[in-house]
Amino acid sequence: MKKKAKKHNASAITNPSQLRATKRYAPIFLWPTFIAFCIGFVWPFIWGIYLSFFRFKTLRNTTFVGLENYVKAFSDKDFYSSFWFTVLFTVISVIVINVVAFLVAFVLTKGIRGSNIFRTIFFMPNLIGGIVLGYLWKIILDAVIMRFLDSTLALNATYGFWGLVILVSWQQIGYMMIIYVAALQNVPGEYIEAAKIDGANGPQLMRHIIIPTVMPSITICTFLSLTNGFKLFDQNLALTGGKPFKETEMLALNIYKSFYESTTNMGVGQAKAVIFFVIVVVVALAQLYFTRSKEVQE
Amino acid sequence: MDNTLSRRQKIGRGALTAIFSVVSAVWFLPVIVVLYNSFKNNDAIKTSLFSLPNAESFVGFENYVEGIMHGNYPFYESILYSLIITILSVALILLCTSMAAWYISRVDSFFCKVVYYLCIFSMVVPFQMVMFTLSKTADKLQLDTPWTIPIVYLGFGAGLAVFMFTGFIKSIPIDIEEAASIDGCTPLQTFFLVVAPIMKSTYISVCILEVMWVWNDYLLPYLVLDKTKFRTIPIQIQYLQGSYGQVDYGATMALIVLCLLPIVIVYLTCQKHIIKGVLSGAVKG
Repeated sequence: MKKKAKKHNASAITNPSQLRATKRYAPIFLWPTFIAFCIGFVWPFIWGIYLSFFRFKTLRNTTFVGLENYVKAFSDKDFYSSFWFTVLFTVISVIVINVVAFLVAFVLTKGIRGSNIFRTIFFMPNLIGGIVLGYLWKIILDAVIMRFLDSTLALNATYGFWGLVILVSWQQIGYMMIIYVAALQNVPGEYIEAAKIDGANGPQLMRHIIIPTVMPSITICTFLSLTNGFKLFDQNLALTGGKPFKETEMLALNIYKSFYESTTNMGVGQAKAVIFFVIVVVVALAQLYFTRSKEVQE
Repeated sequence: MDNTLSRRQKIGRGALTAIFSVVSAVWFLPVIVVLYNSFKNNDAIKTSLFSLPNAESFVGFENYVEGIMHGNYPFYESILYSLIITILSVALILLCTSMAAWYISRVDSFFCKVVYYLCIFSMVVPFQMVMFTLSKTADKLQLDTPWTIPIVYLGFGAGLAVFMFTGFIKSIPIDIEEAASIDGCTPLQTFFLVVAPIMKSTYISVCILEVMWVWNDYLLPYLVLDKTKFRTIPIQIQYLQGSYGQVDYGATMALIVLCLLPIVIVYLTCQKHIIKGVLSGAVKG
């Protein structure tokens, strides 16, 4: 901690007159961002936590109810099922995305012909927005499912689930692939040469040399796809919209609907949002913990 | 290089190239399918999505005309509003957050530290947490037009931008700025004449990240903007699809193509910058 404080000082102004002159310009440099930040984040965040303890339909009529909203949120069956749907979806998509991305990156760093073109194509879907992605895949998947299985995404939750997995994989594999490519290119050639001289075969090389050296990237990619999975909203809304019967509704969509499609009490939605926030923070802290412990090892 | 490879390796590589050519083609297929379907009539799209347009099903640019003029809200207005919002928001974010980041790294005060850590904290918070209260706040402050929503974007998007700029500024030696100050530069002159030019690559990275976010964003503008008057491209596409009654597949295809086209063109022209920019945001968890 002490070290960190020193580091911060190193980039700060030490000359008193220069510091005074700079501080006089705070209204120009700092305040615009700070005021917008308060409007766009700090105030809504505090107000959001506050409102989660109230029952309300409109903001003019709020009643303090203590933890009632949280109790209701936890006893909401749809919220539960959306939680487990999200967990299952996230686990599967994280595995699919990372395994495929790693394999593709591994092959593309072998220097095969056309690597650059393949990289360009794989990365492209990452730039398309969630809503457009959702409808693009809805049209295509519906046509395929209709022809071969005589159903649609909106009629069968299993198809909806795998549809979401396909969509998210298509979107994110290219992104993770680029991170893995960068990591694989940094594996020192001497290590591999030395291992080969010692008689290591392909799988051994992979397990004992390559994977340990690219481990930091694996951690980053895992957690990136993890948080992306948990926060998924646009794609979910566009591809299935929660159909059939809320069976493919993920957490973010469930919270959204508790706000804007409920006519009784919006407080429950806000309580769910706070719970959602806590879950995401726990995942993020776990990420920090894992990256730190990996750094210590090296 | 090729001479050092054995024959077996050569064949292996050729096979890999072949396999990856096929996989890449499949990867790109969804875009192609939508592209040629945008020239087919509705019936042909519904009955045989994967067949190419023929003399019977080909309708030229009819779907595009229909999509752009559709209903009571023409699509070109959406394009216009999306452009306005993206350009204004990103310009505002780049200008304000880079200045704030410089101030935060150069002035070592308690307040600056608090702001910095709040910014980092804000990156973790999912949008659903502040969705309702943010839209109400924006409503009350009348930030519900394309010309004022950039303030909301600056507020909610400040975290990542400030984080990325401070990360870079801390690596710039302060001696240069001290010299500039001794030569009589005001802090404003120091920032714009000395610091900003050094940060060019960070500006590009942040710019690309923010453009991708604002251009594709759906929920924030949907909740904040006055939807009877202003609809961005994602909002309008959601409206057309979510509305009841007959969905016009041809028009939808055409609109999706119109959304993809600029993205693909921009991506192919400055691919290197885009990949670098998007990846530099990988820290955002």
